[in-house]
Amino acid sequence: MTLSWKYGGLALGLAFFFAVALVKPIGVSTQFVIFDGILWNAVDSTAVVADETAKSGYSSPNAYLDANGGKYASAVADPLNYGFFFVIAIMVGAAISGWLRGSFREANRFMPRVWLANWGETPVLRFLAAFGGGFLVLYGARLAGGCTSGHMMSGMMQTAVSGYIFAAGAFAAAIPTAMFLYPKEA
Amino acid sequence: MEILLALLLGAAFGAALDRAGATSPDLIIGMLTLRVLHLAKAILLAIGVASVLMFAAQMAGLIEVGHMSVKAAYIGVFFGGALLGLGWAISGFCPGTGLASAATGRTDAAVFAVGGLAGAAAYMLTFPLFDGTWVLADLAGGKSTVGAVPGLDNPALLEGLRGDLVGIALGAVFVAAAFALPDRLTGGHAKMVPAR
Repeated sequence: MTLSWKYGGLALGLAFFFAVALVKPIGVSTQFVIFDGILWNAVDSTAVVADETAKSGYSSPNAYLDANGGKYASAVADPLNYGFFFVIAIMVGAAISGWLRGSFREANRFMPRVWLANWGETPVLRFLAAFGGGFLVLYGARLAGGCTSGHMMSGMMQTAVSGYIFAAGAFAAAIPTAMFLYPKEA
Repeated sequence: MEILLALLLGAAFGAALDRAGATSPDLIIGMLTLRVLHLAKAILLAIGVASVLMFAAQMAGLIEVGHMSVKAAYIGVFFGGALLGLGWAISGFCPGTGLASAATGRTDAAVFAVGGLAGAAAYMLTFPLFDGTWVLADLAGGKSTVGAVPGLDNPALLEGLRGDLVGIALGAVFVAAAFALPDRLTGGHAKMVPAR
């Protein structure tokens, strides 16, 4: 069962508040980079190496992992850190919530109704859109330095100027795109 | 201890995302087409509630101001936000909701997450194109807040304003906007919205 917007919003607001009260603001998209780094490091042990001269103690031949004194390189080398476990826990929490409301028993678990109304029943089209959308979302999030969680929610709740700039860019692109792609209501 | 908090806070956030309806691409696309504003109202309320609670608790001395972490502003934040918005509208997922939705058994969300790993890898490879250029150069002082938050070193857009009071005021505006926003802005009557 989905909560009303009041209870759903309150639950989300409390999650964002307790995160910053106890540890730090919620963020998600960085962990896609860390997971990529872990996969890369598993097949090529030179992806991240111990380096006493780096601020974090680790360096990488990849300029992005190596940036800011090897901050991401160090998280790849030791993924037992807050940010990575937080994102794994998001999936555990969502899975329990989904299981309790019967999400795993739903017959259709890949076709949004609004997609069916506008783009029909070809599964491969939907999966291509999901893959391409995911690519754009994470490329954009990394360019922006955060995503809907880190920039929009955590950013605007802290009155961060960057949060407002991010939200302006995201909605300026998302609303016209959605209206163009989904002219028919489900 | 920090890992335990990560597990508790992350699980609470994941469950809240699912129960708020954010794991449903139908509700995300509903919001972005302005037809079903359920999630827009929930998000505005969440930002407002979190902002008021955080700044009020700071003023009462209950939580550490140092836990705040403000991200830098630069023009790439706008461009990156726009790219994210494009993919968000196409797929109906963003990073957190996509992972949460995949965990509830949605296969399109799992494919979204794989696409996301590819997009993040593409940024890792193309980062040198942007590094040191105007795209990533600080705007408005960099890691700035609207007002000057007491106890925080970050620059402020409006130095004369007290950041914690601004935070509470803006939080109240978000809460008011959540209540003021209608259930939909385009077309006929709302569907799919749970009873109040």
